[in-house]
Amino acid sequence: MAVETLLRRGLYRDSVSLMRLAAALEARPGVARASAAMATPANLEMLTGHGAAADGAEAGANDLLIAVEGEDRDVLAAALDEAAALLEGGDAPAASVAGAAAPPRPRSLAEAMDALPGASLALISCPGEYATAEAMKALRLGLDAMIFSDNVPVADEVALKREAEARGRLVMGPDCGTAIVGGVPLGFANRVRRGTVGVVGASGTGIQQVTCLIDRLGAGISHAIGTGGRDLSAEVGGTTTLRALAMLAGDAGTETVVLVSKPPDDAVMRRVLDAAAGVGKPAVACFVGADPPRELPANVRAAATLDEAAALAAGAAVPSDGADVPRAAGRSRLVGLFSGGTFCYEAQTVATPVLGRILSNAPLDPGDAVDRDPGGAHVMLDLGDDAFTRGRPHPMIDYGPRLERIRNAASAPDTAAILIDVVLGTGAHEDPAAALAPAIRALDGPVAVGSVCGTEADPQCLSRQEAALREAGMVVAGSNAGAARIAARIAAGAGGGP
Amino acid sequence: MIGDILKGAPAVLNLGVGAFAEAIGEGGDAVLDIDWRPPAGGSREAGMELASLVNCPRVEAANRDAFERFLAADPAVTGIGSAIDVLPGMGARTILHAGAPVGWEDMCGPMRGAVLGAILFEGWADDLGAARSLAESGGIEFDSCHHHGAVGPMSGVTSPSMPLWIVENAAAGNAACSGLNEGLGKVLRFGANGPEVIERLRWMRDGLAGVLRRALGESGPIALKPLIAQALHMGDEAHNRNAAATSLLIKRLIPPALRSGADPDHVARSFAFMAGNDHFFINLSMAACKAMLDAARGVPFSSMVTAMARNGVEFGIQTSATGDRWFTAPAPIVDGLYFSGFGKADAARDIGDSAIAETAGLGGFAMAAAPAIVRFVGGSAGEAVAATREMRRITIGENPAFTLPILDFAAAPAGIDARKVADSGVLPIVNTGIAHRDAGVGQIGAGITAAPMACFVQAVRALHRELAGEGSDPA
Repeated sequence: MAVETLLRRGLYRDSVSLMRLAAALEARPGVARASAAMATPANLEMLTGHGAAADGAEAGANDLLIAVEGEDRDVLAAALDEAAALLEGGDAPAASVAGAAAPPRPRSLAEAMDALPGASLALISCPGEYATAEAMKALRLGLDAMIFSDNVPVADEVALKREAEARGRLVMGPDCGTAIVGGVPLGFANRVRRGTVGVVGASGTGIQQVTCLIDRLGAGISHAIGTGGRDLSAEVGGTTTLRALAMLAGDAGTETVVLVSKPPDDAVMRRVLDAAAGVGKPAVACFVGADPPRELPANVRAAATLDEAAALAAGAAVPSDGADVPRAAGRSRLVGLFSGGTFCYEAQTVATPVLGRILSNAPLDPGDAVDRDPGGAHVMLDLGDDAFTRGRPHPMIDYGPRLERIRNAASAPDTAAILIDVVLGTGAHEDPAAALAPAIRALDGPVAVGSVCGTEADPQCLSRQEAALREAGMVVAGSNAGAARIAARIAAGAGGGP
Repeated sequence: MIGDILKGAPAVLNLGVGAFAEAIGEGGDAVLDIDWRPPAGGSREAGMELASLVNCPRVEAANRDAFERFLAADPAVTGIGSAIDVLPGMGARTILHAGAPVGWEDMCGPMRGAVLGAILFEGWADDLGAARSLAESGGIEFDSCHHHGAVGPMSGVTSPSMPLWIVENAAAGNAACSGLNEGLGKVLRFGANGPEVIERLRWMRDGLAGVLRRALGESGPIALKPLIAQALHMGDEAHNRNAAATSLLIKRLIPPALRSGADPDHVARSFAFMAGNDHFFINLSMAACKAMLDAARGVPFSSMVTAMARNGVEFGIQTSATGDRWFTAPAPIVDGLYFSGFGKADAARDIGDSAIAETAGLGGFAMAAAPAIVRFVGGSAGEAVAATREMRRITIGENPAFTLPILDFAAAPAGIDARKVADSGVLPIVNTGIAHRDAGVGQIGAGITAAPMACFVQAVRALHRELAGEGSDPA
């Protein structure tokens, strides 16, 4: 091994700079060992071997000594050239002091309270196993909470809502997909016109459908409060729904109230209807799939479907589906492929009276449960169900699984209609029509029927999406219920026109 | 109030899907997207317990109390005394060490080397073989420095006749001690135990200690907070850089030492010794920090961290509410810069009581004060400022006694809240020297390390149990 040294008299560098310099030299191929130090007696002792090489030079404490060791003297000379250059150049400035002045992003709710003065609501969409703790922190910090996360145990939901009651706060969720509070879209929300209709919903897509249809009818939304899908269950007891109704009762900007849910627990439904009576404003109750309540309070009207609920709230008639629907000669089977759970359920309630039994992973009758399209029978699948989304994006974002199932359904000779929901807004696919169009165009025999849930102000733009889907050959209805009615007529062979 | 949420647009804290925050922001509404990650090291159960402590009035009040006691502390060095005379509970055959208690059989190389050296120094054995037999036989009582009001850098090995600085906190009447610093290279605290090491220790006991004792007797107590504050303005962070504080201390000691009538040869040698070691002050810095933090001990329900220390095997912390209990996790290998010829494979695990500096808001927490050594945190002064700012996320407050010029004289963050560490995932950084894994080689580098999350999670869970055990609602 050879040793080469570089001595710079009267040049001071601090020990840390020199350690970095030595590390840089040692990283060069062919350099076995490098050292850099002020040539104090103590340092020279530590650099045994290297220090000795400088002995003849009579280096002292004010001199800077660099030594490199290796086989090839040319390599060592090059290394010392680099060392000299590094010493000349000083150190390139990295991030400036001013550059570090931007405060770091808060890491926790508690920390964020100081960073956003007036913070009033926590929107929680972390993995479900941590959502309860975060919601509890939010309540303890005096915040209202919307829990978008799912996979939260029902016992946690009960505990959170109890805590919220004790603290006079609101918990929306868990599994609350959407809400609009004071015009602020939360979660999977659409850009709807502001207005005087207040919505309370246990279903995310149900709220999206009702708010978008109200927007389409020219009316607007004051607030839309999500409660989470289990709020009207016997365990949870409607805590959030009851509180939301009370809040909308006291809200001067709300003139009409709409209540949206899948069939609630009987006792809870009675309690909720009592509360609706106490709102003192016109109200619409839409319990999708439930038998209409026998006795309704005087201010409450029942709606069987979401489009009916929107029309009642907006003071309008349900728009016509149109008289003519295409024919699918020799075909009789309906296949529904949904991204929204409530859309799947509503479509079954609409189509079953026309077609009879419909198989589903979320069936009206538990006896009709399937986990896929078995063929040979009417089927409606909620592809947003946990069983389909585990390990992959939600079907509102990723159209891949739906495209595959559309192709499969199309290849069956008995498929008459393929029924689809398309959801726009924050968090949804940026251009669903473009994703769906090729598969729709390729249909030979079956008819694609669908509806688009969205508004003109949504980033994807409702009218643009509808036009593109019609262009590809889809029969586009004004609502999910409307699309289900059309698809059922096609499958029932009631089609007319071209 | 019920319905508040419907009055005006809510200001939203978003936690999880960033796109939701973007959508709110695009609409011009107030939103802040939290840089969230699973708290409490990802344990759901610990995370739930942590949640029950967030904004908990009893904990908030306890922390205010503990932090005020810490801020009120007024540590001053008042004298020099032998460990056996000044440390409560110190036995005639006791050897104290850094960090949480660890037995001979589990000690790392440098600590074992230091123990053997201390046995020789005390004259309990004549050679290393006999010293080892004594240590193995159970004839020595080992305990943690912290259990006896003391702190020691690196192995922290402290034996009965060693001279210690005495630092008293006049505000609360408590005291803390630490030994005299031997310098770098082959020294006991790194596990060296050769004849020159023992010889130096004996001179420190028989010569240096006497000079310091007489000088301090002449000068009276020297207040340490103002001295450290001044050193921070001169580029120290009072852990890995003590060049300024050492100079200030020497300046304070020279006139009284000359007046004291001490043997001029001893005086001359003592000041030459101190002047030759830029780290001489570190033990005083540590004792001052310990005196300040001990004032904050024992406040029920306080989550304030009162000690962080490493015994070469485990990293341990203590909190105000939980007294002498240690919450430990394996000590990390320090990520740092190494002296020529050494690398990570040569390094001992993190060791020493010196993390008491960070616990008190110095060292890594005051990194912005020490541009000369910012290389350890990445290289730029900006990163040093960022490191100090980052630590503010996890502290109860700031210590107005210690200000940082580069931050427009903002006070340095101080008073680590174990809850904030567990909630944010921001780990306290510790500036530290790196010892060779073999006894007696000495320091081989320096760098920064971080206190392990597991310590803070355990501390939070213990606090949760304490509140639950009270039969009281944490609310």
